[in-house]
Amino acid sequence: MVKKSEVECLIRLFHSLVERANVRLNNLGLDRNAFRAILHSVFGMTDDMLMNRVFFVFDKDHDNCINVKEWVKGLSVFLRGTFEEKLKFCFEVYYLNGDGYISREEIFDMLKNSLHQQSSEEENDEGIKELVDITLKKMDYDNDGKISFADFEKAVREERLLLEVFGPCLPEAKNCIDFEALAFRHILNPSF
Amino acid sequence: MSETTVKSEEVDENGQPLLFLSVPHIKIRNFGQLSRFLLIAKDTKLKEAQACVEANRDPVAKILGLDYNTMKEDTSTVNILEEVTKGEDSENEIKMKIARLLSQLDLHLLNHSLKHISLEISLNPTSVKNDIEMLKNFSGKGEQTVLESISYTSDYEFSNGCRAPPWRQIHGEICYVLVKPHDVETLCITCSAEGVFLNGGKTDNEGEINYERKGEIYKDLVTFLKEKSAKFSENMSKQEKRFSNKKEKKEPTNEPPEKEEAAPVQKAITGSGKRTLEKNQINFGKSQMTKRLEPSLSWKATVRFKEYRSLLRDPQEEKHRRRPERSGPSVKLGRAQLVRKSTEKIEEIVSESSSESEEDEEPLDRQEANADLPSEYWQIQKLVKYLKGGNQTATVIALCSMKDFNLAQETCQLAIRDVGGLEVLINLLDTDEVKCKIGSLKILKEISHNPQIRRNIVDLGGLPVMVNTLDSPHKSLKCLAAETIANVAKFRRARQAVRRYGGITKLVALLDCGKSSAEPAQSSLYDARDVEVARCGALALWSCSKSYTNKEAIRKAGGIPLLARLLKTSHENMLIPVVGTLQECASEENYRAAIKAERIIENLVKNLNSENEQLQEHCAMAIYQCAEDKETRDLVRLHGGLKRLASLLDNTDNKERLAAVTGAIWKCSISKENVTKFREYKAIETLVGLLTDQPEEVLVNVVGALGECCQDYENRVLVRKCGGIPPLVNLLVGVNQALLVNVTKAVGACAVEPESMMIIDRLDGVRLLWSLLKNPHPEVKASAAWALCPCIQNTKDAGEMVRSFVGGLELVVNLLKSDNKEVLASVCAAITNIAKDQENLAVITDRGVVPLLSKLANTNNDKLRRHLAEAISHCCMWGRNRVAFGEYKAVAPLVHYLKSDDPNVHRATAQALYQLSEDADNCVTIHENGAVKLLLDMVGSTDQDLQEAAAGCISNIRRLALATEKARYI
Repeated sequence: MVKKSEVECLIRLFHSLVERANVRLNNLGLDRNAFRAILHSVFGMTDDMLMNRVFFVFDKDHDNCINVKEWVKGLSVFLRGTFEEKLKFCFEVYYLNGDGYISREEIFDMLKNSLHQQSSEEENDEGIKELVDITLKKMDYDNDGKISFADFEKAVREERLLLEVFGPCLPEAKNCIDFEALAFRHILNPSF
Repeated sequence: MSETTVKSEEVDENGQPLLFLSVPHIKIRNFGQLSRFLLIAKDTKLKEAQACVEANRDPVAKILGLDYNTMKEDTSTVNILEEVTKGEDSENEIKMKIARLLSQLDLHLLNHSLKHISLEISLNPTSVKNDIEMLKNFSGKGEQTVLESISYTSDYEFSNGCRAPPWRQIHGEICYVLVKPHDVETLCITCSAEGVFLNGGKTDNEGEINYERKGEIYKDLVTFLKEKSAKFSENMSKQEKRFSNKKEKKEPTNEPPEKEEAAPVQKAITGSGKRTLEKNQINFGKSQMTKRLEPSLSWKATVRFKEYRSLLRDPQEEKHRRRPERSGPSVKLGRAQLVRKSTEKIEEIVSESSSESEEDEEPLDRQEANADLPSEYWQIQKLVKYLKGGNQTATVIALCSMKDFNLAQETCQLAIRDVGGLEVLINLLDTDEVKCKIGSLKILKEISHNPQIRRNIVDLGGLPVMVNTLDSPHKSLKCLAAETIANVAKFRRARQAVRRYGGITKLVALLDCGKSSAEPAQSSLYDARDVEVARCGALALWSCSKSYTNKEAIRKAGGIPLLARLLKTSHENMLIPVVGTLQECASEENYRAAIKAERIIENLVKNLNSENEQLQEHCAMAIYQCAEDKETRDLVRLHGGLKRLASLLDNTDNKERLAAVTGAIWKCSISKENVTKFREYKAIETLVGLLTDQPEEVLVNVVGALGECCQDYENRVLVRKCGGIPPLVNLLVGVNQALLVNVTKAVGACAVEPESMMIIDRLDGVRLLWSLLKNPHPEVKASAAWALCPCIQNTKDAGEMVRSFVGGLELVVNLLKSDNKEVLASVCAAITNIAKDQENLAVITDRGVVPLLSKLANTNNDKLRRHLAEAISHCCMWGRNRVAFGEYKAVAPLVHYLKSDDPNVHRATAQALYQLSEDADNCVTIHENGAVKLLLDMVGSTDQDLQEAAAGCISNIRRLALATEKARYI
């Protein structure tokens, strides 16, 4: 997927980022805040909760810190991920509690800020609940009140727009191109 | 039955007792048990049980068959499920909860007992009837009554209790009531299943009711009147007190609540359980309700209604469904289990009302109104709400969900529009959110199949945004935008708009699928392929190419070479719009030249061989358009297209394709070589076979083709032998202009053959042709006149025949007053033939043919010149016509015809001058106009007739000159 030279670039970039982020700490990885800052500034993500979730998905060994391996793996999905990889990634972002399903509460949590403030909080909640119902109706094929990976995959294969159904967790194409242009500039323009 | 537990002897299929009472648990599993339970409750005065029963006014009401409640399904279910999932399934916990809550409930119930009023009543005929009866009792003159009067508009009551006509019953309407309150005007009210509302009132004529809803929906008649009339409200509240007192007494004894039922004194239980029990009742009630509200006549219910009903659940199924029910506060959990077990969709599950009935007012309204319009309408409205008020995530979900509706159905299309969805969808295209745009376009693409929606989209300014979307770097967006434009641009204003906003250039650019830049990595997930982009572009251009200016715009944008390139691909999906566009555009001369230049014909012929009928059709159409050009016709032949065309004639089922194929054959058969080929492929016989039982579009082309083919002697014989003449003559009585033009031409072509002419004459074809001279269309007139010429030539006793048409000759002469050159030329030709008979010539001379012909002499039209000259030369044969032509100054202009480039004109003119020069004065005129030199040149012509005529004319002039000289000497 990612070329060797590109991996090298990513590693280099990682180290420079770690250096910048952890001047004081003697840490070998990116902590959550640093990572979120990168997601925000480089990949244009805005939702704190989702960024946290993305962090947890990147952080495969759950040490609250993204090491270089996790960084490269994660970014390869971001930049060159196949449909299947992205599908898996998104699903992992959305189911957080580790039971392999996206539950109704989790959906509610993820969608709770998705309506512009309505007159009252109750009304807002009511609206979100209905929205949760709509998504479940659409995606919960086996009617067990939660979304399994099979449900998710089926729904997304039918309608690609549902890939990031509970909020953007992949960078937009434009941001990816910008990022690549920046990170791989040595490869792209060897003359410089 | 033990002291603390009661079990019923009846069990359900799982061996569960249908009634299980173990203080404080009560489980009731069917209605039979429930009613018995109620009796027990009464007898034993078991407080809990009684409370339970009282709490559930619905079971009571249900058993009495009087009322039922609607429920707000969607919203509250979420509530419950929420809470349920929070509380982990733990039996013990529940039991404790049950115990605790039930005791609370008892207290609660004792305190509030029966005061609570349910607002969630939906209406049924019985309750409405009760309502009205009750109000009748309390209306009349005087201050104390609630109303002055109340009456039905219709005295007839259907067996289901409704008074509304059956077609309104479908909409859930029960009856119409005229109410005169004390303080306001008479109100005409509709009582329907979803509530009571003011309708348009009685219309003046025939006492018809305007069913249109004019006001808000109220949950029942009393609430409605309270709102409308202060007086009613005041007096009603007095009455109500009495009701509730009465009710309190009656309720525990399970007597039917009679009138009270109608008054809004239903009791609601606040914040309590027991609703599970209620739920089944409600469902049952609802299903029964739907059944009851079916029109009582056996009229077919509309699909809409059926859908509505099925959504509410199938009543039969419902009755047989047994659900584990659990009374008491464990409801929430029980409900959730139900939800899980249920195969129903979530939103169909009955939900619990929230604690304060007042709060339910608003969602209730929505729910009630649900019955009026198809359920999709409300669901779509909800989704549009999310589109309006949601962020990107919510919007995408709503869009995807909306896409799941049957958007091909008009109900849904119009629903989206009516709830303001179109504006939102179009506005979404203006945002930067790619996913929202994609989702929005996917919906717009579907609903824009509806002509109304198309117009709405244009009115809302949808086209400029879509055109701009064509610039997007995302291919799928381009595709969707182009496809939507293809759908929208089906009418003129839209096509104009596409062009004005620069859409044509952008669409043409889409065709150029080779040069696009590298794909962004991410977008490939959502994106389509280049070919697809080109296909969509071609599709949109196809729609746009229906207008002339757009055709020009496409050409100027360099569309033709791109289309030509796409034509070389082999995707049928792609080829159809490409060929379609070419076919549309080929009506323009510029295009035909370009099509020839781009070697498009070759590919068109190739695609004729495709198996796809639509593609065949469009290819044939394109060939039809282009084959006006001789070179193109030759190309079609050279690429082997004629054989394919001939073979496509065999399949006559697809009339559109047949019309296109016959059209192509017609145009191709203008070339003689092609006709020979067609005869080789036995196409002539097939064409003759197509002269009957075909639609006009096909006939026009078939006859046109035969007309061309019959220019050949062999084909004329062939057509006659195949029995083609009778059907052709039969077609002379038609009204289709294009068809008549072709038929007359074909008949004329056949008439060249004496044997065929006999058949035509026998079938009275000449009379039919002659009567077509009266046709209002000049083309038909001309064509008929042309056809008459060979008829007259080839009939024995033609003169006799012509004379037999009463008023026929006068008609012909009068046609010389036409201002259509083609008509004039054809009539001149006809006159030429008519004038061959002396008697007829005498008649037309009497009718003033000479001055009329003379008047036409000043013309530049060579065709007219030729036939005019011929007519003049033939008309000279009678009486003093020669002199008359001179007097009417026809001679001098004729001399100028000799300067024409057309040898036919020369011959005819020379012959006319020869005839005219028999008169001395004419000779002088001819000579004065310098004809001699021109005629001398023509004597040297290779055309013998011309030679002879020119020489004859000169000799006449010469003879006159000699005679003059001689006379001088004498």
